[in-house]
Amino acid sequence: MSSKSIVSITDYSKDQILSILDSAATFEANPNQTLLNGKVAATLFFEPSTRTRLSFETAVNRLGGRVIGFSDASTSSSVKGETLNDTIKMVSNYADIIIMRHHLEGAARYASEVTSVPIINAGDGSNQHPSQTILDLYSIRKTQGRLDNIKIAMVGDLKYGRTVHSLLIALNHFSPQFYFIAPDELRMPEEYKIICDEKGIPYEEQTEFDTDIINEVDILYMTRVQKERFTDQMEYEKVKNVYTLRNKMLEQSKDNLRILHPLPRVNEIDMDVDANPKAYYFEQARNGLYARQAMICNALGLI
Amino acid sequence: MENNEKELQVKALKNGTVIDHIPSDILFKVVSLLQLDSVKNQITIGNNLTSKRMGKKGIIKISDRYYEEEEISRIALIAPDAKINIIRNFEVIEKKVLSLPDSFTGIVKCPNPKCITNNEPMKTKFEVIKKNPVVLRCPYCEREIQQEDIQLL
Ligand SMILES: [Zn+2]
Repeated sequence: MSSKSIVSITDYSKDQILSILDSAATFEANPNQTLLNGKVAATLFFEPSTRTRLSFETAVNRLGGRVIGFSDASTSSSVKGETLNDTIKMVSNYADIIIMRHHLEGAARYASEVTSVPIINAGDGSNQHPSQTILDLYSIRKTQGRLDNIKIAMVGDLKYGRTVHSLLIALNHFSPQFYFIAPDELRMPEEYKIICDEKGIPYEEQTEFDTDIINEVDILYMTRVQKERFTDQMEYEKVKNVYTLRNKMLEQSKDNLRILHPLPRVNEIDMDVDANPKAYYFEQARNGLYARQAMICNALGLI
Repeated sequence: MENNEKELQVKALKNGTVIDHIPSDILFKVVSLLQLDSVKNQITIGNNLTSKRMGKKGIIKISDRYYEEEEISRIALIAPDAKINIIRNFEVIEKKVLSLPDSFTGIVKCPNPKCITNNEPMKTKFEVIKKNPVVLRCPYCEREIQQEDIQLL
């Protein structure tokens, strides 16, 4: 296998997704390996994200690799006006793989064009964050025993939430049934509904977050409803508690229902849900480690 | 009467290229797309002319100038229904149908201010998703751009 960059979930076929998920399962069974012995990974976080960086760095360390990099652009040369092209070419002299997060959309795609070192996109603005999608898929498959024919409700900010957009694209390989639940201001954009229409994927859309839908689905994918997304603050105050999941709403839900959330949460999942065995968001985050181990090894052509 | 006028419009050019059936509101966009402001050839521009099919239309005639396929096909980005006539010795010797390539570099600006292409010294690049009306996709920020939102560089 040859090395290749992982920039966007849209670049991946169904088979490629399944093969990454299969290798993530082998890392879950045995997370400490020596596959990256003698290898150096650079984590370039032009935009800080402690959570994502720690997960990637743990993935490298548990496979025996070493890490160089920076966690904040203010400590890097880009504040001195260095172009992304120059930073990437410089780091390419030192590292076997580059894991990068950048506030500009398309930064990882461009980086992958100016170097032969494989790039893993750890988030480019509001565009793509493929490791989140892989860990979401992994969590769904692990908890449901399959990816095909999943009924999934996406709740909260469906307009700006890149995780739900990427998950929608990836799940469309597996004949899902979607329920989009969002306030009017944060509805699922037309372009994603058109993608579903073209593939004949059924979806329902509504503003009320009620138990009818919760009782129907296999996966409840919650997202943050952020204050700054609202032009009208009154509107935010009105909706912020409407899209909060509480334990009593889960009483009649299916046994196999699991609740996912990309974290960090604010108040969209009440703390009283945490003790419910259907709450899966903390395990979901741990799955990110195995997903990232699989993606790093895949990018390096090691698996 | 209209026929005579039409003939006159075309015949007035001895040798060169005629771009006809340009929607009036984007005529000057076509002028800048072809960078006609820096061309030394004789150029005749007509706008808001009556057209049976379009209501109003624009026309550009450029003397002694023939375009490469790639150069002229750019017009399809903003005016996919424009017609190109190649004139030699007052005769239309070729009618070109505009057709966009599947992808191209430069020419257009990505409208997303947060796109890397607007923040790094680099060339833009686009995939042509649909040809008429035009829909482009920036492979960097992955946004789709509709024909009416296309901005030229
Ligand atoms: Zn762009």
